[in-house]
Amino acid sequence: MPVERLLPTDEGADLIALVREIAEKELRPRVDQVEAAAAKTDAFPREIFTLMGASGLMSLPYAEEFGGAGQPYEIYLQVLEELSSVWMAAGLGISVHTLTCYPVASAGTPEQQAELLPWMLSGETLGAYALSEAQAGSDVASMTTRARRDGSDYLISGTKSWISHAGHADYYTTFARTSDDGGRGISCFIVPADSPGLSFGEPERKMGLHGDTVRQVIYDEVRVPEGRRIGAEGHGMPLALAGLDSGRLGIAAGATGLAQGALDLAAKYAVEREQFGRPIASNQGLAFLIADMAAAVGSARASYLYAARLRDAGRPFGKEAAIAKLIATDAAMKVTTDAVQVLGGAGYTQDFPAERYFREAKVTQIFEGTNQIQRLVIARATLGR
Amino acid sequence: MNIVVCVKYVPDAQADRGFDESDLTTNRESVDGLLSELDEYAVEEALKIAEAGEGEVTVVTIGPDKAADAVKKALQMGADKGVHISDEAIRGSDAFATSLLLAKAIEKIGAPDLVITGMASTDGTMGVVPAMLAERLGLPQVTFASELTVDGDGVTIRRDGDTASETIIAKLPALVSVTDQINEPRYPSFKGIMAAKKKPVETWSLADLGVDAGAVGAAGAYTKVLSVTKRPPREQGQIVTDEGDGGSKLADFLASRKFI
Ligand SMILES: Cc1cc2nc3c(=O)[nH]c(=O)nc-3n(C[C@H](O)[C@H](O)[C@H](O)COP(=O)(O)OP(=O)(O)OC[C@H]3O[C@@H](n4cnc5c(N)ncnc54)[C@H](O)[C@@H]3O)c2cc1C
Repeated sequence: MPVERLLPTDEGADLIALVREIAEKELRPRVDQVEAAAAKTDAFPREIFTLMGASGLMSLPYAEEFGGAGQPYEIYLQVLEELSSVWMAAGLGISVHTLTCYPVASAGTPEQQAELLPWMLSGETLGAYALSEAQAGSDVASMTTRARRDGSDYLISGTKSWISHAGHADYYTTFARTSDDGGRGISCFIVPADSPGLSFGEPERKMGLHGDTVRQVIYDEVRVPEGRRIGAEGHGMPLALAGLDSGRLGIAAGATGLAQGALDLAAKYAVEREQFGRPIASNQGLAFLIADMAAAVGSARASYLYAARLRDAGRPFGKEAAIAKLIATDAAMKVTTDAVQVLGGAGYTQDFPAERYFREAKVTQIFEGTNQIQRLVIARATLGR
Repeated sequence: MNIVVCVKYVPDAQADRGFDESDLTTNRESVDGLLSELDEYAVEEALKIAEAGEGEVTVVTIGPDKAADAVKKALQMGADKGVHISDEAIRGSDAFATSLLLAKAIEKIGAPDLVITGMASTDGTMGVVPAMLAERLGLPQVTFASELTVDGDGVTIRRDGDTASETIIAKLPALVSVTDQINEPRYPSFKGIMAAKKKPVETWSLADLGVDAGAVGAAGAYTKVLSVTKRPPREQGQIVTDEGDGGSKLADFLASRKFI
């Protein structure tokens, strides 16, 4: 059964209808096969991003004058939720792409915005967000990738790790050190994929989310003109963190969709599967498990939508975004674990997607700030220090 | 080139479809409906032709209030304007009445160069409305096109049969019905959704079309549905355990169903 959604506008409702159609007709028939292939090979579902881009789904929250759709987060995130309930890598791929546009959209000069945004938001372009390094994950301020001045250009050298879409993206929103001043010594650059000196590691062999290829991005004296530095020199860190406040909402929405997909599967199975001569759902012990799953999905959705509404209203939302990410991703882990339980032995096999949901849920507690880091953010905001 | 596309609002084939017990019609109220998938091909073909030159695409539908959604979807895909024919008295109409209403509407829209329809609806699946409509409009009927080209004052189609493919030409204006082989219908885009909100849609009643209530609906129908039965749920398959004799058991099964 489709999720009952309260949408603030008619076009929001029409958009959700379109997204459901694309998810059912284009994503569902492909997801199992592509996820299986991408687990072992270099396969990457570039064509689904092209398709979603043609329908305008790759640029929803950005300004219409640059090719976006000017949609509030309240609607954009529900689109991500719908997509993720069918194919997590598709929903999160859009979330990552949206994040890669954030620095230009929020801190680019009018010239940079006019030059870069129509290209980034065209729907034909896919971005990657190169922030983490092997030795600088939660502690990103300790990054060592360096951008050295060379006349009016920069030369970037270093290695980024765990970068989604690496090797398939058209550009890399890159954070690199321009001085040794810790978190105040980092700057943001837009690096096109065809830049000489840019190369990629082998795809990481992961637990799940195979459709989201993750590799190292290796910069060997990659030349970037000054005009591709976004924001002032040394202002990269606040830009990265502000982008992640919004990005976290994307993860929260994706995790909610994943949990919803697992709940739908488990509920359907529970009324069909019979043991002891009756549907397993007629055992209160199992029905209550499903009830708790539904409650977890509902609270996940409520928490991300609350943060989204704050954001749309122009209010501070960082703490609420961190709460939403924590609640929604923990809910996804719990609900997908219980979905495997409801399906029993069948849930542990690849005949049903429960085991895939379970594997995909884990990463949502890790990336864009581990859930420990979310607690750090929430604690600081709550304690005022 | 002015093109009219006839589209139908049908119950979602994914949903649990049923009949209205009181008058044995398809229940269109309780089930979510949508633009018939077979009509999406007609809309797509019209858009392609219009985009290749100058032209305007008008979509027309007959149906209850919710049928406006079928028009909206076509407008979101890119059609220019819509007409929704809606009247309580239309309920229970058969193909004769449907073709009458469409013909009247198309005359009111103004003589188009081309009328495009799907090959059948996905609910009634009679597939006779295109032929009846062409007859009423006095247009050449060129049906089941799996390829369509417009050149100058004529159309050429390919019709694929079981044993041969025919190439058929007709002079414009003409009516063409298209199959699901003809193209790959586009999805709307968000821009299309926004644009559709500003496109004109007119709602016409029987009076607007000058059609008498007695000519349509159950009263005007040439056919009468005496009974409807929901297809019984599919029975569970038969599982044969292979104890060395699986092959012959399979053959016995096929023979019992007269397949071999
Ligand atoms: C599938 C996938 C996709 C990714 N995509 C991208 C991408 O596109 N771009 C990008 O830049 N990065 C990406 N990442 C990287 C991701 O953001 C990092 O893995 C994440 O930030 C955690 O960093 P880490 O792995 O170094 O863990 P660590 O920081 O080493 O953390 C290890 C453990 O220590 C805990 N910990 C660390 N510090 C503290 C503390 N102060 N208090 C309490 N606990 C602490 C953590 O919570 C965690 O449990 C991706 C990762 C994955 C798995």
